[in-house]
Amino acid sequence: MKYQSHHRVGDQPWLRRTLILAAVALSALLLAIPLVLIFTQAFSAGWGALVSNIGDRYTLHAIGLTLFVALLTVPLNLVFGTALAWLVTRFRFPGRKLLVTLIDVPFAVSPVVAGLLYLLLYGRNGWLGSWLADYDVQLMFSWPGIVMVTIFVTCPFVARELIPLMQQQGTEEEEAAVTLGASGWRLFRRVTLPNIKWALIYGVVLTNARAVGEFGAVSVVSGNIRGQTNTLPLHVELLYQDYNIAGAFAAASLLAAIAILTLAIKGVAEWRQARLLAREPADRNPQ
Amino acid sequence: MAHASPLKPRSKRVLPGFGLSLGVSLLFISLVLLLPLTGLVAETAGMTWSQFWFVVSDPRVVESYKVTLWTAFLASLFNGAFGLLLAWVLVRYEFPGKRLIDAMVDLPFALPTAVAGITLATLFSTSGWYGQWLETIGISVAYTPVGIIIAMAFTSIPFVVRTVQPVLEELPPEDEEAAITLGASDGRVFRKVIFPSLWPALLTGIALSFTRSLGEFGAVIFIAGNTPYETEVTSLMLFVRLQEFDHAAASAIASVVLLVSLVLLFAINLWQGRYLRRLHGK
Repeated sequence: MKYQSHHRVGDQPWLRRTLILAAVALSALLLAIPLVLIFTQAFSAGWGALVSNIGDRYTLHAIGLTLFVALLTVPLNLVFGTALAWLVTRFRFPGRKLLVTLIDVPFAVSPVVAGLLYLLLYGRNGWLGSWLADYDVQLMFSWPGIVMVTIFVTCPFVARELIPLMQQQGTEEEEAAVTLGASGWRLFRRVTLPNIKWALIYGVVLTNARAVGEFGAVSVVSGNIRGQTNTLPLHVELLYQDYNIAGAFAAASLLAAIAILTLAIKGVAEWRQARLLAREPADRNPQ
Repeated sequence: MAHASPLKPRSKRVLPGFGLSLGVSLLFISLVLLLPLTGLVAETAGMTWSQFWFVVSDPRVVESYKVTLWTAFLASLFNGAFGLLLAWVLVRYEFPGKRLIDAMVDLPFALPTAVAGITLATLFSTSGWYGQWLETIGISVAYTPVGIIIAMAFTSIPFVVRTVQPVLEELPPEDEEAAITLGASDGRVFRKVIFPSLWPALLTGIALSFTRSLGEFGAVIFIAGNTPYETEVTSLMLFVRLQEFDHAAASAIASVVLLVSLVLLFAINLWQGRYLRRLHGK
């Protein structure tokens, strides 16, 4: 049957216009203008002030620490997320559903609770922490603690991007490759990876954005020592509490830029992934 | 959040990597997700029942539960309406800037919560872009529960949109067209034909938004004012107890919060699995 546009709900011009206007206005108020405000505030004292705010010794240290944390977190979560997605979409076994629910736990748990869990276990009074303290290992209130809670908070993202896609794609191609004698790693690299590439890229980018921006969990375990355990989001808070608004928004604008970049990459990745899915399986993998 | 679409039954494990992926996943989940829980269990196990009850039923803490629950409830209701509107407009209509709005919906997931917090606090402060206008009509947002609702609503905008959008996209136009051809009004067709397929996804989105709002910390604390008994959310209460080095009290409150969020998570996943099965069973 041919689709007739005037036969669907909400197609009257006045209703369409009203709904579009409401959606655009609310999106502008709630999403676009807040974003504009960040950059307006960051630039409020001019370029020179922005550069000197970002070039501040403590801000630079916070940027360095934040990048370091992301550099450790993202690869680990990439390996875990890919392994888990492969496991739950390629095999059926008892407990499979439980695993899928378990990886959502970091989504549901308050970041403060997440930080607290780690503090209780690895802190000086925790059963593992007191044992580590005997060997002069201190994980909490220093960078390893920050890395650990960041891994906790960001571990679902890669798997969450991959699971629905890999389920949808099914396993025919991979099974064919196995029948033709492809070995495990080769199979993954040549057959699976090209098909999930863009979702994987977005998963990594999103993990990175969340790792760089984690606040609640990190603030519980960091100890907030300026120039030592202050990540960029914690530094934003510190500057804001010091009434250094321009400084706070200068640091915030860096994080906002990462967020915008993440959304841009998402747009590209979704478009490329959709194109990939639209093609016939046969010409999806040349050679 | 479970994606329970049924896989085709497979007679044998043809594909390699079961052992390796199972090993990596279990090791990671044990070390990262499960092991830390033992610390909480150990800490709360050291308390007697009456000590535990004394901490979690402290009037200031109880007030924080109430504030958190009703602000999260209103925030998720708002997102139900706003999310449905956005999903509808993005799926059904073409207009300039549509791709941009679609991309911006995910901003609250990508933007650090602390950045969202200082941004909203600045916008709604009495001298801010929004605050000064609201002030003239007698509404103050910053340092009130309304501020908490706005912060919670902002951070959970994507949930409803992203759960409703795919369902709306796959809705077959035939039923709707038939109903309109038979002379039913738009409102009636929406209520009788569209909404029945839509509400499970809508409810899931609202529940996810609610769960997320209950735990929200970074975005809330900057705009809330954090006055005990009035604008103090439970996440902050927890943080305050930690800063007082009262680990036992913090653990007791945390175990309540954790229990609520886990129950919600499992309920949402169970329910989602059910309605997806029903959809595919048709």
